[in-house]
Amino acid sequence: MTAFVARRFLFAVALVFVVSSAALLLTRLAPADVTAELALLAPAEEIARTRARFDLDRRPLEQWGIWLGRAGRFDFGDSYLYNRPVRGLVLDAAANTAVLAVVALAAATAFGIPLGMLAGSRGGLAAAAIRSVSLVCLSLPPLLTSLLLVYVAATTRWFPVGGMTSVGALDARWSTWLADVAAHLPLPALALALPIAATFERLQAQSMTEALHQPFVAAAAARGVAPSDIVVRHAWRVSLRPICGVYGIAIGTLLSGSFVVEFVTAWPGLGRLMYEALRARDIYLVAGCAAMGGLVLAAGMMIGDLLLAAADPRVRERGA
Amino acid sequence: MRRVGLTLVALVLLVALGAPWLAPNPPDRSFPQSLYAPPTAVHLFDGSLRAPFIYQQRLISRLERRFEDDESRRVALRWLSDGRLVTVPEEEGPLLLLGADALGRDIFSRLVYGARASLALALVATLAALVVGAVVGAVAGYAGGVVDDLLSRVTEFVLVLPAMYVALALRAALPLVLPPPAVFALLAVIFALLGWPIVARGVRAIIVSEREREYVAAGHALGAGPWRMLAYHLLPSTTGYLMVQATLLLPAFILAEATLSYVGLGFPDSVPTWGTMLQDAANVSLVGRAPWMLAPAAAIFLVVLGVNLAIQGRGRAPVQLEP
Repeated sequence: MTAFVARRFLFAVALVFVVSSAALLLTRLAPADVTAELALLAPAEEIARTRARFDLDRRPLEQWGIWLGRAGRFDFGDSYLYNRPVRGLVLDAAANTAVLAVVALAAATAFGIPLGMLAGSRGGLAAAAIRSVSLVCLSLPPLLTSLLLVYVAATTRWFPVGGMTSVGALDARWSTWLADVAAHLPLPALALALPIAATFERLQAQSMTEALHQPFVAAAAARGVAPSDIVVRHAWRVSLRPICGVYGIAIGTLLSGSFVVEFVTAWPGLGRLMYEALRARDIYLVAGCAAMGGLVLAAGMMIGDLLLAAADPRVRERGA
Repeated sequence: MRRVGLTLVALVLLVALGAPWLAPNPPDRSFPQSLYAPPTAVHLFDGSLRAPFIYQQRLISRLERRFEDDESRRVALRWLSDGRLVTVPEEEGPLLLLGADALGRDIFSRLVYGARASLALALVATLAALVVGAVVGAVAGYAGGVVDDLLSRVTEFVLVLPAMYVALALRAALPLVLPPPAVFALLAVIFALLGWPIVARGVRAIIVSEREREYVAAGHALGAGPWRMLAYHLLPSTTGYLMVQATLLLPAFILAEATLSYVGLGFPDSVPTWGTMLQDAANVSLVGRAPWMLAPAAAIFLVVLGVNLAIQGRGRAPVQLEP
């Protein structure tokens, strides 16, 4: 187990290093830099000062070295767009994305798994209905669900259509602020959760059906275990393996999906920040966002692996 | 179910092919009197059953975007004239089956033309991803040893990255404004770069198990070199797998184009694609009053649904996780 965690940790470090370095160099080598818009109105010396502040007057590899040295001390440089240290910006945005992703994942699990167990363990109208609904949801990626929900919100006014807080709630007491965020959260979270819930439901239904055809189920039935007990207590545990495997992948999906959802619903998360940074060629903000994204990704994969080990003793024993 | 899915996909392909014939208006023609006009209803009844006709729409208030049907006169649809399936006479139009966008352009015509760009890009990218993935996977699986280790590591690494962010970063690293053909080529390359690893991993697994079969040993004994072995005997065994992967990559790429164009990093607005058309839907207050702006979303949904239905019978749950 220790060796497994150590290897995963090394992988995480490598991932963060490669991803952030690649993002930094890519942005540096891209045509134009942060001063592109400045060049039209600012005097040459101010442009030179700005370039010096973001180390753009050095050679790319030299800049990379400087950045790495500082990043080792958790100083990720300043953002040009926000004129603030990148670290605080990225941490705030990552927290917002994490709230969105965790709520979406929880919602997807809460809907997908029980419905999948139901659809996989019995036939009839209910199972067919669940299957059709999840096939439709599966064909609605986050881009479409978020657009659709924004439309629904705009016509019915059930939810606020975008953003994370209302303007008035920013200076209010924390309880008001929390309630306001909670009112803004369902729309993006649902948009993100729907396709994932459908994926969970389909996988759970399929692996439940497979599990129910195994000999131990017949044995349990012969011993007189009630059918509902067989499904919930015996077959479910066995059927969990593919689901846990998908949790590891779901992190990447959540990150990719959350970008679209954040963009459509104006949720101030990591995806939006990265997009703004990329467009403005705000080099240190791009690198910071990439580092954070890599970190989240590696952490998510590690959690997925641990879940897999928890659900399946075979994985634990081999230490794979 | 499978047949329904395949029919749906085939239908969209046919629509894309027949775009110039199916579209009632040129996709870039702007009708200045019809900004945000609602869809033109096609009527069949007027007291009694008649041939399909429309009422001409008149702009009542430009500010409120209010339109009214001129019910005093029926305008009969003209079939198969001017090389188009259905039109109305120039002075009695326009025929806007799905309404008009912010510049008064016919959404239906743009949707039909947009299917061309969106599908062509997705097809080219899918093909490229399949070729690269098959070659890398085959070489890795066949060669084994260090080559396999190296290629598999690279494959797994790319596989781990969240595709949307990589596409975004790669696209943003190049000049933001490019002519449409350059955008097409660029997006195809980016998508192929993101799509090949999943193909390579599966092909490698197939080749590794095929390599141990007797026919391979027999081939070698008869003097077949490694490349001949791969090209003529081993790769053909992966065609079924490649077909399934193609059906998974295609909708993913359609969606990726839509997303990139939606956020303004794909095609410029002058090129009708499903993504650039969705840009109009970014305006929330507008979408509430002009839901026909969401027509491209419906088109994307139909393609993805068709693919999901088509692969349903294959014994695997349709898992549409990326992107």
